[in-house]
Amino acid sequence: MTKDKTIAKKQLFTPFNVITGIIIFIGVIITILRFTRGIGAVTNLDNNNPWGIWIGFDLMCGVALAAGGYVTSSACYIFGLKKFHSAVRPAILTAFLGYALVVFALHYDVGRPWRLPYPIFYSPGTSSLLFEVGLCVFLYLTVLFIEWTPSAFEWLGFKTLRAWVMRLTLVLTIFGVVLSTLHQSSLGALFQIAPSKLHPLWYSGYLHVYFFISSMFAGMSMVIFEGTLAHKWLHDKMDETHLAESEGVVLGFGKAASFIMMGDVGIKLIGIAVDNNWHYLTTGWGLWFLVELVGFVLFPAILYGMGSREKNTTFIRIAAFWTVLGIILNRLNISVIAFNYHLPSAERYVPSFLEVGTTIFIVTVGVVVYKFIATRMPILHEHPAYKEHH
Amino acid sequence: MAISRRKFLTSIGAAIGAGTTGALTKAYGASNKHFMGYPDGFGVLHDTTRCIGCRKCEQACNEVNKLDKPERPFDDLKVLDQKRRTGEAVYTVVNKFSAAPDVFVKKQCNHCQEPACASACFVKALKKDKTGAVVYDESLCVGCRYCMVACPFNIPAYTYNDPLSPKVTKCTLCLPRIQEGKLPGCVEICPKEALVFGKRKDLIKVAWKRITQSPGHYIEHVYGEHEMGGTSWLYLSGTPFEEIGMREDLGITPAPQFTSGALGTVPIVVGLWPVLLTGVYAISKRKDKIADEERKEAVQTAKDHATDEMNKQLDQLKTRMTKEKETAVKNEVKKALEAAAKKAAEEAKAVEKPPVVQNAAGADTGNEEE
Repeated sequence: MTKDKTIAKKQLFTPFNVITGIIIFIGVIITILRFTRGIGAVTNLDNNNPWGIWIGFDLMCGVALAAGGYVTSSACYIFGLKKFHSAVRPAILTAFLGYALVVFALHYDVGRPWRLPYPIFYSPGTSSLLFEVGLCVFLYLTVLFIEWTPSAFEWLGFKTLRAWVMRLTLVLTIFGVVLSTLHQSSLGALFQIAPSKLHPLWYSGYLHVYFFISSMFAGMSMVIFEGTLAHKWLHDKMDETHLAESEGVVLGFGKAASFIMMGDVGIKLIGIAVDNNWHYLTTGWGLWFLVELVGFVLFPAILYGMGSREKNTTFIRIAAFWTVLGIILNRLNISVIAFNYHLPSAERYVPSFLEVGTTIFIVTVGVVVYKFIATRMPILHEHPAYKEHH
Repeated sequence: MAISRRKFLTSIGAAIGAGTTGALTKAYGASNKHFMGYPDGFGVLHDTTRCIGCRKCEQACNEVNKLDKPERPFDDLKVLDQKRRTGEAVYTVVNKFSAAPDVFVKKQCNHCQEPACASACFVKALKKDKTGAVVYDESLCVGCRYCMVACPFNIPAYTYNDPLSPKVTKCTLCLPRIQEGKLPGCVEICPKEALVFGKRKDLIKVAWKRITQSPGHYIEHVYGEHEMGGTSWLYLSGTPFEEIGMREDLGITPAPQFTSGALGTVPIVVGLWPVLLTGVYAISKRKDKIADEERKEAVQTAKDHATDEMNKQLDQLKTRMTKEKETAVKNEVKKALEAAAKKAAEEAKAVEKPPVVQNAAGADTGNEEE
């Protein structure tokens, strides 16, 4: 460890450190503004538009893109796809950080963040979908934390604790899938209460199903995308098993995502048919809807399919990035862009610079913490002392 | 669907407390009964054909609720020229819609029979009171603003610029005044009786009576009787409601029902998923085990087969070797015998030869035969 520290000291002013340092500094200033002058001082939110990108991106996209945790761990531990084993730890770490950042971001968005435990411990409003989201996110964050602890215990050398947690793997994985199913879907169901505000092409009685299904390929794509980044920047931290298995993970998830995304296109069309919303497709909103559905679901699905057929990982990696963008587009459409579509343009919401700044700050904090953990703990490689233990 | 309805009603039931009618706390979830709202709930009938846009109600509301004074005074009627909505210090507004003659419409919380906001609130800070008022409890509010997302009428406002104690603000139906036996501030001050306070069920009768008594004067619709499952505020108009800023596409489904389907899946997911996933795990584990056993068996068979083959070959080899050895021995014996016979014959031919040689040859032959 001392060796690591001296290296870190030597390279304090790397481009990475300088850029993240500046972003975090700006973030701290915005934070001070937010908590001394109020939400109104830093956001463009108003009484017609109570939710902006702090919910639309930080919460909606954050949770969807952190789905890699439950997808990868269930593939490995429940469905018995042992070749995904080396992908589980990075996925769990990303998911844990993702959810932790979602909760962190919520502290900026809600009016009185110190009351965030109220819905769970003080005055639960069980008829609310947001209660379901809150409870599940709280429980799942706990599950992810426990699932992540073996990495820390190995790093710290707590053998007994680690063995104890490892015994819980299957139970935790199943619990994680149950909780993910519930809160991923209820994030979509949140908007079901406002059919008069969300554009009919995005509104559906199946919104909760759409959100759950899309969370699966969101998670897979994020695992591939994040793996690509990690290979570029943290290659030296990967052991032979990780490197040998990574192509299998890319091909496996690529194929699975292709199938699920085709299914997603199918259920979206069914949703349009059920509400007989075909005529909206010829409007401007319809065009935008088709951009999302064809350009960011169908297209990457085909790309994924081709990639897995030709064993072309480049195709799959492009498709993964494209899908991540598509998920962000979808969540923003539902929570911000197509929400309040009927309001005149003067009353519509556009995020302020400080809101965008806060979001960039929060994502940056995530990247820095990930890097800190992945360069120190056995995430991308197995700890030499525990090689035979799984 | 059933579950959420029950939960919703239970939450409302808890709000009412023990003193109210038992029927209200009863779960209708699994039955085909329909919740009609609180029978004695109050409401206000707003007859827009009577409103003259004097803004007196706005002023009364401001005073009764002790809100911040607006920049422009209440007698400044030019304010009516721009479209307004409720705000953090404005619980009600009157909007003007150009027609012949102009139509004035008062806007405030409609106090829904089954409020979207109350159903959406995850801390029960918003509740439907038995008096009909939808009341807000600031001491519970986290400030998530989901109520504002949920409200189909865009009514609740938020004090965004308050850093430490921001809150949701909206019309209270003047619940404190009702409890004192007084009229809501706006109703009391209205000079044209464009606002009438009373029990909601009576107001519906009044509204329909007005429609039937003045044919052609009103649109034949009481806005709020069924919208979003019904609201405590009811409206009459001579112009189509859509033209006076009131949405006609809201439908008659109470808001909680929109999310009941999604909420209803919760117990099924919680109950079924662990079983299903454990099953999948067991199947994959079992497949692994069977594959393992089959592999072991195949290896064993191959091993056994190989051993058998080897033993057979060994046996064959042994037999062959024994045979070869026997043949070799026989041949040697034969050779020796032949040699001995030859020697004997030679000896017989040369009897006169020295005896020493004869003895040695005889001993040699004897040894070999052993």
